[in-house]
Amino acid sequence: MQSLDAAFSALADPTRRAILARLAMGEATVMELAAPFEMSQPAVSRHLKVLEGAGLIIRRVEGTKRPCRLAPDAIAEIDQWLNWLREAMARNYDRLDQVLADLEKTTGDDEQ
Amino acid sequence: MTKLTVRLDGDNMVVVTRRFAAKPKSVFRAHTEPELMQKWLLGPEGWWMPVCINEARPGGRIRCEWTDGKGGDFYLTGEYIAVEPFSRTVHVERMHMPDPTPDNHVETLFEADADGTLLTLRMTLPDAETRKAMLATGMEEGMEASYARMETMMANGELVA
Repeated sequence: MQSLDAAFSALADPTRRAILARLAMGEATVMELAAPFEMSQPAVSRHLKVLEGAGLIIRRVEGTKRPCRLAPDAIAEIDQWLNWLREAMARNYDRLDQVLADLEKTTGDDEQ
Repeated sequence: MTKLTVRLDGDNMVVVTRRFAAKPKSVFRAHTEPELMQKWLLGPEGWWMPVCINEARPGGRIRCEWTDGKGGDFYLTGEYIAVEPFSRTVHVERMHMPDPTPDNHVETLFEADADGTLLTLRMTLPDAETRKAMLATGMEEGMEASYARMETMMANGELVA
């Protein structure tokens, strides 16, 4: 599985991680990717080539454009992360449930 | 009863709701008193909040700092716009990682709901692009965590490259 090494070196770059995060929101063309990153299209294309080589994105041909999307494996990682975010928030609020239970125990008498 | 909901609203809003089995006053205090905030507003396992400044009055400052004790650090700053004890607050906040994110305008409602409280966070970002960037930034952080886990597994020989 040589692609794992390639995936890690592709992910070492913050711009490429940001591009992947953007693709997590849906398919995008080079032009659409270049805009938020304030980068030239050739610079974005170079990053895309690395990501494609690492198997993290897939490109298709549509006329003169080559829109990119995340490879299914990369999507699995992101699904995992969305669960992680929800869990992190849910964990905060579960902790808050306990804080509130303690709080109401100590302030119960001044509330009616 | 306690299920968390997170949904997108309009072009640039994110709305979070959660019910609590406690009075609005308690939920409000847990969101505005630093010593209470430090007990729960922590995120993923292993993180804590050593610094918490929260001046719950119009114009009051907010500053929260988180750390995992292993060099992972980030902080949030903000200002209160409106504070109506114990039912509503409005503030702006931004994360510093370390560059500041665009301002997130947050209205927090604490409504009595049966014998508990319905909490609603209405976050308004400057525009649709910023909301997308905010969600994407979070996603990037999370992917970091996933890949770091993967790296650990590789180092331990649990995953062969």
